[in-house]
Amino acid sequence: MSSNDEIIKTENLTKVFGSGKKAIKAVDDVSISIKKKEVISLVGQSGSGKTTLARMLLRLLKPTAGKIIFEGQDVTNIEGKEKKAYWRKVQAIFQDPYASFNIFSPVKKVLLDAFKLFDNKFTKEEKWRMVCESLEAVNFRPDEVADKFPFELSGGQRQRVMIARAHLIKPELLIADEPTSMIDANLRSGILELLLDLRDTEGTTIMFVTHDLGLAYYVSERLLIMHEGKIVEEGEADKIISEPDHPYTKQLMADVPKLSEEWLLE
Amino acid sequence: MEESRKIMLKVDGLRAYYRTRSGERIRAVDNISFNLMEGEILGIAGESGCGKSTLAMAMSGLFLPPLTYESGSVFLDGENVIGKKEEELRKKILGRKYSYIPQSAMNALNPTLKIKNFVIDLLKEHDPRMSKNKVLDLTTERFESLSLPPWVIDLYPLELSGGMKQRVVIAVSTLMNPKVVVADEPTSALDVTSQKIVIKLIKELFDEGIVKSVIFITHELPILRHVCDRIAVMYAGEFVEIGETEGIIFNPIHPYSQALMQSILVPEVGIKGKKLPNLPGSPPDLRKPIKGCRFADRCYLAIEDCRKEAIGMVEFDGRKVRCIRVDHIKAKEEVVPHVQQ
Repeated sequence: MSSNDEIIKTENLTKVFGSGKKAIKAVDDVSISIKKKEVISLVGQSGSGKTTLARMLLRLLKPTAGKIIFEGQDVTNIEGKEKKAYWRKVQAIFQDPYASFNIFSPVKKVLLDAFKLFDNKFTKEEKWRMVCESLEAVNFRPDEVADKFPFELSGGQRQRVMIARAHLIKPELLIADEPTSMIDANLRSGILELLLDLRDTEGTTIMFVTHDLGLAYYVSERLLIMHEGKIVEEGEADKIISEPDHPYTKQLMADVPKLSEEWLLE
Repeated sequence: MEESRKIMLKVDGLRAYYRTRSGERIRAVDNISFNLMEGEILGIAGESGCGKSTLAMAMSGLFLPPLTYESGSVFLDGENVIGKKEEELRKKILGRKYSYIPQSAMNALNPTLKIKNFVIDLLKEHDPRMSKNKVLDLTTERFESLSLPPWVIDLYPLELSGGMKQRVVIAVSTLMNPKVVVADEPTSALDVTSQKIVIKLIKELFDEGIVKSVIFITHELPILRHVCDRIAVMYAGEFVEIGETEGIIFNPIHPYSQALMQSILVPEVGIKGKKLPNLPGSPPDLRKPIKGCRFADRCYLAIEDCRKEAIGMVEFDGRKVRCIRVDHIKAKEEVVPHVQQ
């Protein structure tokens, strides 16, 4: 792969929690590469280290060893202004949209606060216009939700506000950590659609972090299967689903209940 | 239904409402009727807030405020549990005839007690005359028959994984061989591997005849597909469709069931590129009485008549459907999905 289509990669990225005998390698020597405008899913069960890996990519957690290269630059140890600039380009959407909000801030403040990441000095009117555009992009009527507080919104609506925030910041890489696991199936499609729209209209690269193999397969071109801190298998989604190679992936495929195949409960 | 089988649970016109402090009534369970046969596994599918957990609680006959009984009957093994005193329910019904395993059951274990002390306390409540040794023998024996390691009883809950805790709770709550077990989202907090083990455990209890009938409540439709004989789809406090599993999963009739089944995502070749349903709006406010069909505002087939009066269940193709547009759906043959353009 030429380094030009690559947006981010890790080299032997490792995170150890604790020390001595109690040390736990949450992420163990992970080297991955993500292409520009790609939709990729990091799939693993609880405790596999997927969220730890995502948090390191977001530079919310310091790696114990290894490197993170973003657009050709080593961002493993950047701080201050450089880190702020990095967060302009790499954003996240988390599982519980409630936890991402300050409960005392109405929606418009949540969105206007995003401008703190920009160096540009927009006027008040310009900012407001952009906020409205982003709210409209996720099918909200701006005057309807702008003054609402998080507790006045449903889970799906809160998640849409977070997507509006991503739309406003227009990051190059969006990491979506279980974005629909707290949302009913019937509303899930709307959220997924909005996320995939970001890729189509803004060229955003999207990495889903999920335990749901069905969802991962549905949205992504490539899958990374994580188990006990390691990436045990990676490749095209279709290939992994139809011919899993690693024993862990095989086990996973056998344990997920499917519709047309038998689910052996022996 | 075959006549040879006995009706284990007969729910008739059950209504259970929440009463808020301001005097409002939330119609969480509204006019539910169904029979559960001996030897049957019934799945109840529906999304959060549809009343499926409330139904499970109401069927036990125990109404803890703010939940209140409104009307209807629940016959458990021939005996009406509605109107029984709490003490009598706890002594004679709960755990003995009807066992409800709530969603967060694994958190029911007391963190300061070893499993065995927890079980001793628990069984004392149901049968004060049982000796400690008898309780332990019973527990060990049951654990063994369910391929759970018996030494687990000497551990504290924090020494167990989530999946193991869930299995322990299920084994313990069925120690008195209840006739009916209602498992409410027993696997929603577990990863797929532990999920399968928990489902297997419940199937084992059933196959060995320890429990006679099972109700599975979950939003995970692929699981229901593999364990249930019949599935009931619940929406806004009502059943909208009930019938044999295969039919409900692969050929749903009610427009809401259709949307629910289309939203299933499984890792199977063929689901890629499938259009997911995108239902407009949200479920109705259950504080207000609703005229007509509760799904009408989100339904692609709704006509004026749908909103005029309460919609009853109609028999159709061996199942029951709460929709007046059944003939229209039937005429169209192929399923018209709720997909966006």
